[in-house]
Amino acid sequence: MLEEIVAKYNYWIYVVLMMIGFYAMIGKRNMVKKLLGMNIFQTTIILFFISTGVKRDAGIPIVDKYAGLAGELEVAAVMNPLPHVLMLTAIVVGVSVTGVALAVLTRVYREYGTLEEDEILEKIGR
Amino acid sequence: MTQNLFIYAIMAPLLAALPVNLMARSYRPWAGTVAVGALIFSAVTSTVVLADVLKNGTIRYTLGNWPVPFGMELIVDPLGAMMLVVVSVCALFAISSAIRSASDEMPGQEHLFFTLALIMITGLMGLVVSADAFNIYVLLEITAITCYGLIAMGRGRAPLASFNYVIMGTIGACFYLLGIGYLYILTGSLNMPDIAGIIPGLDAPAAVATSFAFLMVGLWIKMGFFPLHGWLPNAYTYAPSATSVLMAPLMTKVSVFLMIRVMFFLYTPEYAFDHPDVQQLIIWAAALAIVVASSFALAQTEFKKMLAYVVVAEVGYMVGGVWLANSTGLTGAILHIVNDALMTLVMFLAASAVIYKVGASRFSDFAGLYRKMPITMAAFTLGAFALIGVPPTCGFFSKWYLILGGIEAGQFSYVAALVVSSLVNAVIFFRIIEIAFFQKPEGEDVLRRAEAPLPILAPLVVGAIALIVVGLFSGQIVGGLIAPALPWSF
Repeated sequence: MLEEIVAKYNYWIYVVLMMIGFYAMIGKRNMVKKLLGMNIFQTTIILFFISTGVKRDAGIPIVDKYAGLAGELEVAAVMNPLPHVLMLTAIVVGVSVTGVALAVLTRVYREYGTLEEDEILEKIGR
Repeated sequence: MTQNLFIYAIMAPLLAALPVNLMARSYRPWAGTVAVGALIFSAVTSTVVLADVLKNGTIRYTLGNWPVPFGMELIVDPLGAMMLVVVSVCALFAISSAIRSASDEMPGQEHLFFTLALIMITGLMGLVVSADAFNIYVLLEITAITCYGLIAMGRGRAPLASFNYVIMGTIGACFYLLGIGYLYILTGSLNMPDIAGIIPGLDAPAAVATSFAFLMVGLWIKMGFFPLHGWLPNAYTYAPSATSVLMAPLMTKVSVFLMIRVMFFLYTPEYAFDHPDVQQLIIWAAALAIVVASSFALAQTEFKKMLAYVVVAEVGYMVGGVWLANSTGLTGAILHIVNDALMTLVMFLAASAVIYKVGASRFSDFAGLYRKMPITMAAFTLGAFALIGVPPTCGFFSKWYLILGGIEAGQFSYVAALVVSSLVNAVIFFRIIEIAFFQKPEGEDVLRRAEAPLPILAPLVVGAIALIVVGLFSGQIVGGLIAPALPWSF
């Protein structure tokens, strides 16, 4: 059991972090905390993707173009760059979502004067 | 030349978004005109593309000429082309109505609304043709982020509803991304047809099943499938009426279409329906979705909120229809995507017209409207008949296919739910029709005719006529478009 955890520790870290983020999004009553949970959640997926590109003893994926085209490249010697590229896009998406969410939160605050969900629900019920 | 025509249809709204934002700062009425112009171009081009695809077969297009599976591929198959037409036409009608309702409800911010709406439409049109799994994630987020903004432009509780949607929508998109991650680790590819070719040869059942589950749950959150629908009713109710006219017909329907894509083009139907227990569970969830959402709709006293719950019930129709696992059910589900887009469009347009004239859309605000707004209410009645499922409106035909599919599969709980939901819809809408026909609004003795302005009224009337036309031609749509495109036959 322990060996299994150690051998695939990157996946365990991602699962634990993701659950923390998920808990914050669902369980916390403060909206900024929810937003932070959402950020943890997104970052976890980025970590997960990046960790899948890693190979043991592999170098950075900057290679000689002509060697690559000639097919002389040893694939095991370089990391897989594609997950990094994908996550670049995912980071941009994450930043935009956070930006929009913060803008929405300022509007919520202006409307209700608080960001605690309980207090807002109380004000709506009144 | 026709090979890359669809790219222009997708790019037109995006290219229009920038000038709309810049130009309209100096002269605001341009915003709506430019937006409508771009969407007319999109709608016409999409129709040409649909005719071309039906005649010459599927178009496969690689962006930047990078060879598949390295480059991003766009595939316009008959269903994708059909969805392009549905999205562009519905968007055209919605944006046309927004010319007046946006300046009414968001004075001074119309150009911002049109910019976001155009980007969202580009995202939706990209979603239906994209064949790259990661590309779909990015486009899902583009549509979602613009939607958050569009909802938050409303008054009162709108920002709160928008924030709930941000949280739920992000969970959905992240689940989708995780599913793609698992598939990428397993196959090393992101191209959907390419992955579909690799999956059957994999010896990792648990990992493939996990990715499938993540993709499904992610998309269910996006489409508001019960019990993951929590964000939807408030978001649709408190959004400005221009936003809900745009979102309600398109967002959920495109998500359902994506679910069909993922199930049948990324995985195989054999894989998706491999576990009868899971399939049974989802059909029960769909039946429950229909019944619960219909009863919530029955309890509402505000027209838009009631419509939002009707939308949740309709999502249950479509998900259930797909998961019946027979060609009749799937035909019904795909036909219902088209029909439901039209029906919700007409109903939300009617809501928009009523809000424009009366100021709110509580049931009591409908009093006397048959005299005051006869054209609007005629269109509303047609839309109500379609949602109930009265022939020859289009709603009847897709519901008929869904019920037949349910009987064929022996899923009588689902069939019963469909029938109950039709009855509930009848009760709901006849209640409104009664108020609008017999009751008189307080304080007004003489009822003068006061219709909504033409930009709202014209799409409403055309949409209502389309309800009948699509209904009459559903045989041709099924025979010419859906039946050949079904991924398998039983």
